[in-house]
Amino acid sequence: MASARGELPPWVDLGLIPLLNLVVALLFAGLVVLIIGENPLEAMWIMLKGAVGSLKGWGYLLYYATNFVFTGLAVAVAFHAGLFNIGGEGQAYFAGLGAAIVGLGLEFLPWPLVIPLAILASMLFGAFWAWIPGYLQARRGSHIVITTIMFNFIAGSLMVYFIKDYFRPVGRMAVESREITGAYILSFREIGLRFFDLRLPSTPLNLTVFLAIIAAFVVWYLLWRTKLGYEIRAVGANTEAAIYAGIKPQRIIIITMAISGALAGLMAVNEVLGVQHRLLLEYVGGAGFVGIAVALMGRSHPVGIVLAAMLFGLLYQGGAELSFAKPLISRDMIVVIQGLVILFMGALEYAFRPALAAIFIKAED
Amino acid sequence: MIRKLLATAALTAMMAASAFAADDKPAIVFDIGGKFDKSFNESMYNGSEKFKAESGTAYGEFEIANEAQREQAIRNFADQGYSPIIAAGFAQAAAVEKVAKEYPDLKFAIVDMVVELPNVQSIVFKEQEGSYLVGMLAAMASKSGKVGFVGGMDIPLIRRFGCGYVQGVKAAKADATVFQSMTGDTGAAWNDPVKGGEITKGQMSQGADVVFAAAGGTGLGVLQAAADGGALSIGVDANQNHLHPGKVLTSMLKRVDVAVYNVMKSGKDGTFTAGIQELGLAEDGVGYAVDDNNKALITAEMTTAVEKAKADIIAGTVMVHDYMADNKCPVE
Repeated sequence: MASARGELPPWVDLGLIPLLNLVVALLFAGLVVLIIGENPLEAMWIMLKGAVGSLKGWGYLLYYATNFVFTGLAVAVAFHAGLFNIGGEGQAYFAGLGAAIVGLGLEFLPWPLVIPLAILASMLFGAFWAWIPGYLQARRGSHIVITTIMFNFIAGSLMVYFIKDYFRPVGRMAVESREITGAYILSFREIGLRFFDLRLPSTPLNLTVFLAIIAAFVVWYLLWRTKLGYEIRAVGANTEAAIYAGIKPQRIIIITMAISGALAGLMAVNEVLGVQHRLLLEYVGGAGFVGIAVALMGRSHPVGIVLAAMLFGLLYQGGAELSFAKPLISRDMIVVIQGLVILFMGALEYAFRPALAAIFIKAED
Repeated sequence: MIRKLLATAALTAMMAASAFAADDKPAIVFDIGGKFDKSFNESMYNGSEKFKAESGTAYGEFEIANEAQREQAIRNFADQGYSPIIAAGFAQAAAVEKVAKEYPDLKFAIVDMVVELPNVQSIVFKEQEGSYLVGMLAAMASKSGKVGFVGGMDIPLIRRFGCGYVQGVKAAKADATVFQSMTGDTGAAWNDPVKGGEITKGQMSQGADVVFAAAGGTGLGVLQAAADGGALSIGVDANQNHLHPGKVLTSMLKRVDVAVYNVMKSGKDGTFTAGIQELGLAEDGVGYAVDDNNKALITAEMTTAVEKAKADIIAGTVMVHDYMADNKCPVE
């Protein structure tokens, strides 16, 4: 395999380097586990077994991954246009409003109508919440990083107001809406019971997981097979050149942000309609920020994002099982382990590249 | 080779662990606040630790990190045959209801909320009764005739504290003024001592000289601000008199630790009963705290009046209105 100096064969770039990074991250995580007095091998085993050792584990893994695919894609699309959308958290949160309005307001309709409408509403609300910062960036030059961060807070306060004053039934203690009864059909367990007489383990996994796969495909198609996608990438790669080519960056920025927000908004379908069946306070729970790490690790490519989302799903579910089995390893420890993985696979992704390049190029010579 | 050996050892250890993780061990699922929140969750943690120390039986525990884990944690414990399984806090009601239905042979308990199932014990407290008593103490200790109330998250449960408190204040001093404030509308309101302190300073500038905090971790800021500003404060849930000796008038006790301990013990003794446990003054579920730190603040006259009110409430001759019965409070 002849390759230019410094270029590595694809299997090294896309396979060996991420694997090496993961191994090193896990070694460091193991060290931390060792310091607090648990057996790291056992801990690793519990994590793996808890996440992929049973149908239940897979159910949770894929449920978490579904959220991360949406938020990861949202970050990636914006990233291709050179925009750093940190507002996935707020966009997903605000989208819950759309899902709940349709889910609760149109519940007299049959589910084949309600669910598609709710999906559309989620995308619309998410898109709207990203469109505003997009507009401000394009027309007013307000920096997208700052505005999207601020919009997370605005969404947070706004949602408290809406849920508390308009959705919460009188006398209910928890700040949440009443139950959305029309969307149980999304749950795999429900489908198994109703149509196949099959008793699946109870997990939050629902049909939205297919929506995530479709979304990943659509994003790939959009970015690499359409004119708009080409324009998005052109603006991201070199705005000056894009203008010279007749592309209007302002227009692209606004459209890209709306698409990004719509993707983040799909997370509301998974959580509000598919799992909780209610609009809850702070139901996004940091998935919007995890999306940044997922997009970074997945190199902003849909395939990479799906894989990275599954890795994070594994860490979330395995982590829960780990702190369940070992009370000494608290939930904060799990965050440390996740942080190490992000550090080595995202921030230090090229740490081993020079060494590997030296080895491979020597071998070829 | 060594790695292989280690892995085998780990596997054996795992299998041994799962074989022993067995029947009739109690478990508790803490809420998002975490077991070291210096308040509600921590109080329950203390109750569980007391049970462990006395009975020698280890218990299962889990602190949830996100919404999806509520059901997952309760279900995990149920899968492994833990019983009774205690859910800390009202937010877990939906999860308890779902899992308890699927495991009719196991016992469940939930604190601060009612789940009506034949295998669930719902533990609720008559916070209005305890708050009534500390309200009387506040009114009698106040020199300005103005007292304050700082709630945590604005939910009916905390309004119930506030309503009982106002009733107590008015019972002792009919023309007293009560300033009521809530810290916020989200879970963050339980853990914002800075804001709690600011609210307290605001109430003090209006003349309040006794402030009651029913706000979880936020209350620590209330107590601090009152102590700094020369006013008295009233703690909540646990006995917080020792936090600022001589500056905390009393604490409204809500014995979640005792409740958790009792559930665990009853599970072990086989005396667990399902249904609603309403713990008020008569059951010692709520009360007010007197110890060396605040003895000097409470005069004999105050003690007599409060003890009389307590007896009257237990006897039923004084009825303290429950805010949650109709979402209204007869006095402001």
